[in-house]
Amino acid sequence: MRTLRFAGFRLLGMASTLLVISFLTYAVFYVLPADPARLSCGRPCTPERLAEASAFMGYDKPWLQQYLDFLGGIFTGRHFGAGQAAVDCAAPCFGYSFRLNEPVTQLIGERAPVTFSIAVGAAVLWLLLGVSSGVAAAVKRGTLLDRSAMVFSTIGVSSPAYLVGLLGILLFGFTLDMVPVGGYVPLTESPVDWLWHLVLPWCVLALINAALYARLTRGQMIEVLGEDYIRTARAKGLRERRVIGRHGLRNVLIPVVTVFGLDLGLLLGGAIITERVFSMQGLGALLIEAVGTVDLPVIVGMTLFAAFLVIVANFAVDLVYGVLDPRVSR
Amino acid sequence: MTLLSVEDLSIAFEAEATRGVAFELRRGRVLALVGESGSGKSVSAMSILGLLPGTARVSGSITFEGEQLVGADPERLRELRGGRIGTVFQEPMTAFNPVFTVGNQIAEALRTHDKPASRQRVHDLLGLVGLDDPRRVARSYPHQLSGGQLQRAMIAMAISCDPVLLIADEPTTALDVTAQAGILALLRDLRERLGMAILLITHDMGVVAGLADDVVVLEKGVVVERAPAGRLFAAPEDGYTRALLDAVPRLGSATREAIEPSGDTLVLTDVVVEYSGRFRAVDGVSLTVGAGEILGLVGESGSGKSTIGRAVAGLVPVTAGTALVGGADIGRAARHPWRRAAQLRRIRSGIGIVFQDPASSLNPRVTVADSIAEPLVLHRDLDAAARGRRVAELLDAVRLPTALRDRYPYEMSGGQRQRVAIARALALNPPLLIADEPTSALDVSVQARVLELLRSLQDEFGFACLFISHDLAVVERLAHRVAVMHRGTIVEQGPAPDVLRAPEHPYTRRLLASVLVPDPAHRG
Repeated sequence: MRTLRFAGFRLLGMASTLLVISFLTYAVFYVLPADPARLSCGRPCTPERLAEASAFMGYDKPWLQQYLDFLGGIFTGRHFGAGQAAVDCAAPCFGYSFRLNEPVTQLIGERAPVTFSIAVGAAVLWLLLGVSSGVAAAVKRGTLLDRSAMVFSTIGVSSPAYLVGLLGILLFGFTLDMVPVGGYVPLTESPVDWLWHLVLPWCVLALINAALYARLTRGQMIEVLGEDYIRTARAKGLRERRVIGRHGLRNVLIPVVTVFGLDLGLLLGGAIITERVFSMQGLGALLIEAVGTVDLPVIVGMTLFAAFLVIVANFAVDLVYGVLDPRVSR
Repeated sequence: MTLLSVEDLSIAFEAEATRGVAFELRRGRVLALVGESGSGKSVSAMSILGLLPGTARVSGSITFEGEQLVGADPERLRELRGGRIGTVFQEPMTAFNPVFTVGNQIAEALRTHDKPASRQRVHDLLGLVGLDDPRRVARSYPHQLSGGQLQRAMIAMAISCDPVLLIADEPTTALDVTAQAGILALLRDLRERLGMAILLITHDMGVVAGLADDVVVLEKGVVVERAPAGRLFAAPEDGYTRALLDAVPRLGSATREAIEPSGDTLVLTDVVVEYSGRFRAVDGVSLTVGAGEILGLVGESGSGKSTIGRAVAGLVPVTAGTALVGGADIGRAARHPWRRAAQLRRIRSGIGIVFQDPASSLNPRVTVADSIAEPLVLHRDLDAAARGRRVAELLDAVRLPTALRDRYPYEMSGGQRQRVAIARALALNPPLLIADEPTSALDVSVQARVLELLRSLQDEFGFACLFISHDLAVVERLAHRVAVMHRGTIVEQGPAPDVLRAPEHPYTRRLLASVLVPDPAHRG
């Protein structure tokens, strides 16, 4: 019952956060001087054609009304224009890109699998890599292993994705010719090709992010190893592997999970640089395109979607937190 | 028959921790290693278990059941830990891993030593240590249990594999008096029934008297006296042992007579404090502290005594009732900390506070002089020279050499740090001093001197003092009047001699009865 109420409150909170974010995004982008109607009206742009385009897209109304229409569209869908040229945006409609002639929801739906494939695979990899090297460094504190792990992680933290990505492509793609140099193959088409195309981006992202997790884990583990309950665990005769792996790790994971959830949520919203480097048409690429062409509906839709992912990730973190740490859920 | 024999044990980290320590523990006996902080008692115990950090250099000999433990195979030491040797630590709240249930952690100890770890066995163990509801305790997480319950569970875990030796490192120090008495009785009982030997490590002469057969007194890593408990208490031979025994506050040594205050500095009327609108920490407390009077506020942990201290300092808002400091309602001001910021500031400038642990209440990156001068900077318009003079005055008042002014807290002893905290609290010459367990983190010999200092400062400056403590003997040394708190209410208050000699409320009587007497003849 309590958990249900907790979840209910959280869902309500999530919904209102999204509402606020949608309003702000809408306000910011639509109050900006860029006029989508003018952009799509073509040359020469007569005042009549401009007015026509404006009316077609719904930009002739006051912006608050536009916002309400936008909100309404999420639940009921929207229609733009009439007759032959009319376009339909089925619910949930998060706007319609007149430049790409597709509803935003559909655009995101098409691109999401690419980004999700990159993000989830990379995240799993960097979590494993980061946490294990952090634990090893903490346990062997002060040794050569610890030092080299930390030097390596400093390099990782300070390396930009495009550099590591390009070097990776150069080495493994061109010189060694082990993996394709770019592109994406859907999982449903060919799982092997899917995996093959993703290996390099995963490794690049994992390498860069694992560095941060190794540092975080090492710091946490060193702190936890100084706790009284670790001494108790040793005093009752547990093997060191169990002391670290069970009593230590569980407590180390609590803060790591928080950071991980947010990182993953952010990355799911678009692995912008990675997608660019590996020429994959994911959400990040969509967003960059939209910004470049001032495709406002796409920008608004993407912003909302990214915010939604972060909020969901946060919620998931809280749930996991409750499982990992019994003190939180009460 | 000798169970454990320690000879010429020397342990060094960067500095030497013990030198040539030797003692012998026979089967079924209780040997106490006694000393103040830094005496090397805990380090000696940890060396038996092989649990010292890798930087420690150990020499000498530790023989347990005829087996040499110094330099023994780590795997063999691991088998002994939790097997033939059980261990109980000081702080039960942190000694259990917070993310696993108590039952789970006990079962883990059993499994490690290849003993059957059935749920029934865990429940039996928890029942054996006198826990009423073993099932509930087993499935509870540490934060759901009290300190006393956890310490019993810790003992259950320590004896789970039938050890012949139990190492108990300050087993009652973190507990309330009533819980403390219970744990000592349990240890006595278990030793009788299971016939195990106990190596007791403690700084508390009351605990020694309550449990030990033989005593080894350590000072700065060296054994200064070794004697049966009866003889040690009756006729201590070494000067340090005598000083240690003399410093122990004993109930009934001297109470202070009540005084006639000229007016009331602090008046609480029906004060209620609720945390987050649900938990009532203080439930309708009324008390007064007259000018120049010390009121001892006594209670166990969770009684609400510290919450009262915080409410009087305006650190927590008062939910209902009034808290008047010098006639101004700080409870109301604290409810609106922004709107009434100026008022809150003014009232607070008339209150000095001394907290329990000076190691954490002094900023580690600020010098002594700057710490003491901080209230002056905040509330008084003095130039640097005048502040410097006042700091020198205050250092002198708390009997610290002026040469300490440029030191940092880590460069000083616990007693010196607490003196600095007291000097800071008195910097503004406040009419009211709140002292929240000011000596609980200190060694007994240091505690005695700090109490003496507080008493003479109070005589000299005549401030009113709300003295919060769990230790009745400490309160008796200082307080004119005593108020006893239990579960958020005051169950009894009155002049110190009346409350402490002829208590009326059953709770006060129970509290007094639980106080450990540093005399082996008084075993409960």
